[in-house]
Amino acid sequence: MSHVIGLKCRECGAEYPAIIQNTCYECFGPLEVNYDWDYISDNISKEKIAAGPKSIWRYADLLPLESEKRIDLGAGFNTLHHADRLGAVLGLDELYILDESVNPTNSFKDRVTSVAISKAIEFDVKAVGCASTGNLAAAVGAHAAKAGLPAYIFIPATIELGKIVQMLIYGPNVIAVEGTYDDANRLASEVADSHPDWAFVNINIRPYYTEGSKTLAYETAEQLNWEVPDHVMVPMASGALLCAISRGYRELERIGLVDRADVRISGSQPHNCSPISCAVRNDCEVVPVRNFETVAHSLAIGNPADGYYAKKTILDSGGYAAMPSDTEIIEAIHLLARTEGIFTEPAGGTTVAGLKKLVESGHIQHDERVVVYVTGNGLKAQDTLLKSLQRPPVIRPTLSEFEQLITPRLDIQEQASAPLVHT
Amino acid sequence: MVRIRFSSALSNVTHARETTLEMGECTVKTVLDKLIEQFGPDFERRILDKGEVRRFVNLYVNGEDIRHLKGLDSPVKDADEISILPAVSGG
Repeated sequence: MSHVIGLKCRECGAEYPAIIQNTCYECFGPLEVNYDWDYISDNISKEKIAAGPKSIWRYADLLPLESEKRIDLGAGFNTLHHADRLGAVLGLDELYILDESVNPTNSFKDRVTSVAISKAIEFDVKAVGCASTGNLAAAVGAHAAKAGLPAYIFIPATIELGKIVQMLIYGPNVIAVEGTYDDANRLASEVADSHPDWAFVNINIRPYYTEGSKTLAYETAEQLNWEVPDHVMVPMASGALLCAISRGYRELERIGLVDRADVRISGSQPHNCSPISCAVRNDCEVVPVRNFETVAHSLAIGNPADGYYAKKTILDSGGYAAMPSDTEIIEAIHLLARTEGIFTEPAGGTTVAGLKKLVESGHIQHDERVVVYVTGNGLKAQDTLLKSLQRPPVIRPTLSEFEQLITPRLDIQEQASAPLVHT
Repeated sequence: MVRIRFSSALSNVTHARETTLEMGECTVKTVLDKLIEQFGPDFERRILDKGEVRRFVNLYVNGEDIRHLKGLDSPVKDADEISILPAVSGG
């Protein structure tokens, strides 16, 4: 008896066994994991979860693994910070941040990758791979190293140097492709399709991979004593993360671990690459974007595969979408760091900037319990962020030079340390 | 000669991963019509919905998504390569 029945088409409902497959042979629709919810309900409890490992695998009953062999570098079980100082600046009474920058390779991608590489081992594949804007590449590199599997990673050639250094250190085969993420992804899709015994985590085993992101919802609810937030703010690239978080809350309600799942879900994309946000704001089809330039490289997907579903999820939940500019994204990185001590990359800046904009526009109410998902670490994007900072002044090692330097700043610093109030 | 590469998700109707067609200068629509003639209504149903490319199907001419060209009216010429893939990207 297993909690996994197989795969099911999200469009036409056609069912398939749990194999390496991402597309419905009947209608080309995307597949998702089909679970036996009665079995899961009978076998899960809050106590069992609490006694589980301090990682995403405490929710193993809700993940698509059928064996006990897991590649677990410790993704998940991250702190839900009560962001009172940022909340005060933005005018929110109860704001929380789930900080994903502290995962093993410093982004939420460790969650999905831990699930996907563990599933790849179940399938007894010869190699793993992915198309990536950087964060997934590091996660796949690290988990493949631990699994002892060769990895093939396709990236657009233009991503941040910090991300390239990080992925290379794990020793995968990194293929930098001319063009955008969408070009790298198309090539990786064709490679995956030509090698049936290779598992590309976000391509041919994507139905299993996306399940890892549901743990963000589980972890949030567990840390809120099995209550759900009123409103969540999620960064969007393909839209898969936002859909998975929504699914996670609904599943918790289905199995009785929370009383309700009516969470409003809002998303944010960088202004220069915002096909999903545009579709939400104009209530129109998701129109792919071909040429774009943004500091938020990890959100720069012009043709988002889950865009249609992400838009529907947002609108059905009563949420909305933001599209902050690059300047606003960088400002939000500074704001988050200086209020909450969390250093995020531009994807996190996009989310915080989006939050700010939706509070200002009234789409997020000041008395809502809000959770923001900060999905990646700022250390990966130092080359981008250095441009927004001043290098520190250099002085001779004398007290007089220090006093001369610091005196004009004292007034400013006293003001800055004063308690923050609603603006 | 136009070369057409199929996703493995189409193998149950095309029974091959690629084919070639003598087309001369034409459009993606003309190529699709020819493929529908060859592989029948099962092929058409997977690719098109009311005459438009399905939401989850990506068609590329020499690596460029036809949604960024002229859609089904995108030009095709001798020696071009067309790929038909499921829309799967990002995470």
